[in-house]
Amino acid sequence: MNPVGNGRGCEGLNRRLLAKTLSEIENRQLIPKRHEGLIIAFTGSPGVGKSCLIDRLIYEWSTTKTIAVLAVDPTSPLSGGALLGDRIRMTVLDEPELGKQVYFRSVATRESSGSVPSIVGDLASHLFSEGFDMVLVETVGAGQSEMRCAALANKIIVVEGPSRGDIIQAEKAGLLELADLVVVNKSDLPGASKVAHEIQSSLNLTDTAPNIVLASAQTGEGIEELAEKILLTKSSVKTNRARIRERILMWHENKLLHRENFDYVIKQISSGELSFEEGLVILSD
Amino acid sequence: MAGRQRIVIAKPGLDGHDRGAKVVARALRDAGHEVIYTGLRRTPEQIIMTAMDEDASFLGLSSLSGAHGHLFPKICKLLTEQGMGDVIVFAGGIIPESDREALYDAGIRAIFGPGTSTEEILSFIDEAVQKPSGVSVESGWKWQGL
Ligand code: B12
Ligand SMILES: Nc1nc2c(ncn2[C@@H]2O[C@H](COP(=O)(O)OP(=O)(O)O)[C@@H](O)[C@H]2O)c(=O)[nH]1
Ligand SMILES: [Mg+2]
Repeated sequence: MNPVGNGRGCEGLNRRLLAKTLSEIENRQLIPKRHEGLIIAFTGSPGVGKSCLIDRLIYEWSTTKTIAVLAVDPTSPLSGGALLGDRIRMTVLDEPELGKQVYFRSVATRESSGSVPSIVGDLASHLFSEGFDMVLVETVGAGQSEMRCAALANKIIVVEGPSRGDIIQAEKAGLLELADLVVVNKSDLPGASKVAHEIQSSLNLTDTAPNIVLASAQTGEGIEELAEKILLTKSSVKTNRARIRERILMWHENKLLHRENFDYVIKQISSGELSFEEGLVILSD
Repeated sequence: MAGRQRIVIAKPGLDGHDRGAKVVARALRDAGHEVIYTGLRRTPEQIIMTAMDEDASFLGLSSLSGAHGHLFPKICKLLTEQGMGDVIVFAGGIIPESDREALYDAGIRAIFGPGTSTEEILSFIDEAVQKPSGVSVESGWKWQGL
């Protein structure tokens, strides 16, 4: 297969084969060789506009870069099913020319607990080996578990919106500190600049505060600046420790999830045949 | 059960009725499948691209506006041309009995009208994965109802 990166476009790409191979990786039938590349994670609460922003940014970037998007949505823990709804926002895929330069794939969290399953790293590896210049990851965006994207991404873009006004909760603080850049989206709505100021003043207490950009995925205001700033932003040294921490956590979780007796122990505990403590002992040897 | 499938639910053409498609998408999710809903007003080409990129094993088409006779066979033909003849196509909405034979001939394996139960759609999926039922397979198999 031809490499497609470096602005050469996706012409040589066999999308069908690519999609099938990604499924094999997702189903753990195939482990790809490691390929490094630029992974940018977009995280933030549901509804703040992550998908719409990614769509807009692709218009800016895809004239010079080949881009793949991995958009993560939650798997229902009860049914194991998922509704993968981010693709609806991707107007750029409908563009006759630009659309061909972009590969978009919806990913369910499946058994993994963070807002970015570790499998995303493997999927990205394969996309880089196929010549994509960058991989954009949209996270589930749910509270604390959002930090997990730090394990995989080179740059973390935290998306906020107005209306959330005073509720930039303390629990968000950890994530904001990990941010390489903060976008306050929906600048067309009242309250956006107030939120931007609030974040600014809370982050100014730390020494290496990330840039804060106001933008609107709806009107396009600020998008060009945002696209530029994201590419220029260097991921900071201070976040490095947090990244390593998340990587270790992810590695441990994976080990646990892939133990043969994991489901068995859960069943035994829930049916009362094992106490919780006994279950832990079995899982930790 | 059929095991977890990746299923694209699509609304081709100008039809603005999306309740049924969303109901079906949610029901399939609750049955343990990974479902990608395309949103309204998709062209056949856009639907094919979605099914290809998302590696769908099933493609469900919904139409209540009467454009199925033209759009559905076109989608089936495009799938075959793109080397996606193994994708299983099924449909629902307002589709008169007299139009159905032509749609089955095009490779659609099941057609569900108003009032269809989730149970029936799930039974179809279970059976279809075991039958030669890809859109370009000339097996003659189609869903006969519960
Ligand atoms: C609600 C409704 C509307 C709503 C739609 C709201 C929405 N967002 O969906 C509104 C008011 C907007 C509307 C508008 C129009 N409507 Co209207 N509408 C209906 C109505 C009353 C119910 C449809 C519905 O939502 N049913 C509930 C859902 C859950 O059922 P369902 O869609 O049938 O889906 C089930 C099955 O069909 C099946 N299914 C459906 N899709 C799929 C897909 C797959 C893969 C599978 C497996 C199964 C499946 O499973 C579902 C669950 O059982 C029908 C009449 C009817 N009884 O069907 C008319 C009807 C569909 N509308 C009709 C018409 C003509 C229109 C309009 C053109 C103008 C008008 N006269 O009102 C506009 C056009 C809008 C547009 N842009 O396309 C006609 C269509 C005639 C035709 N096909 O020849 C109908 C049949 C009414 C009639 N008897 O004349 N409509
Ligand atoms: N007013 C306004 N609405 C927006 C903007 N960006 C996104 N939205 C809307 O916000 C909703 C959620 O957007 P989406 O991108 O799906 O959010 P996500 O859940 O973070 O991916 C949609 O209804 C969008 O139309 C914006 O800049 N301004
Ligand atoms: Mg989204």
